[in-house]
Amino acid sequence: MDADRGVRVAVRGIGELMITAGLVLLLFVAWQLWWTDVEANRAQEQITDGLHEEWGDVDEVPPPAEAPPEAPAEPVGPPPEVAVPTPGSAFAIVHVPRFGADYQARPVVEGTALSLLEDGVGHYPGTALPGQVGNVALAGHRVTYGRPFHLIAEMEPGDAVVLETEEAWFTYRMRSAKVVLPHRVDVVAPVPEQPGVAPTERLLTLTACHPMYSARERYIVYAVFDTWQPKSDGPPASLATAGGGPTETAV
Amino acid sequence: MYAWVWQHLPGPMAVRLLTATVLVLAIVAVLFLWVFPLAAPLVPFNDNTVGD
Repeated sequence: MDADRGVRVAVRGIGELMITAGLVLLLFVAWQLWWTDVEANRAQEQITDGLHEEWGDVDEVPPPAEAPPEAPAEPVGPPPEVAVPTPGSAFAIVHVPRFGADYQARPVVEGTALSLLEDGVGHYPGTALPGQVGNVALAGHRVTYGRPFHLIAEMEPGDAVVLETEEAWFTYRMRSAKVVLPHRVDVVAPVPEQPGVAPTERLLTLTACHPMYSARERYIVYAVFDTWQPKSDGPPASLATAGGGPTETAV
Repeated sequence: MYAWVWQHLPGPMAVRLLTATVLVLAIVAVLFLWVFPLAAPLVPFNDNTVGD
């Protein structure tokens, strides 16, 4: 009889442990899919606000008028140099009009470690800085941690990717997209897919996971430098197209 | 395990319920704030960079 009781207690104990493990796993999914967004969105908003403050940005210049003047300003000379950021620091803000008017502009931090990508979009160290000749390579989450690149697969050729720094706005235009295997470091080479070749163009590459909720492949967006303008000119016309400007300039 | 905890909670039913709720919330908080962030790098859902 005692043995029977012992067995019963043991079986019940194991059953409860398994139920508990199941609950913990469900909680983990909830945390990953929901809570990391909550936390990261808040953190990234603070970092973006901090950057604006640090840069002394005027409180929200209104977005450009609906119909920007024909033939926007002629090229204004070579884009300004961006100082090499210290690892882990936020040094730019990325705007993608295609992601919608309610898309929260994301900070760009130096480095692509998982812990850094909680703070925004990661800049691959050693790749070009905004406006430079070469390839500005950025990595972002497509799901979880604020999912800055959630809608990356909706982007179409010609779509603007705008990098905002202390001094200037840099507008890049999407050229193409593709899906590659994770080991393809050549997509962030100065000339994408041609490692070792000296760059002549100003390019930008975005990387995100693919398919969503998986790490099997990477979704890649290639973009080409279009224009730049100093911060004092206000947000570029590119932010007023394709789904409106970023949150903070939206009414 | 759960039965054992329940039996050892002091007080009348209402107090026990309250204590149990607080316990559950505390465990969830510990998981959300410390355990899950430590476990996240070990699961392969979050890789979005190219590299080795």
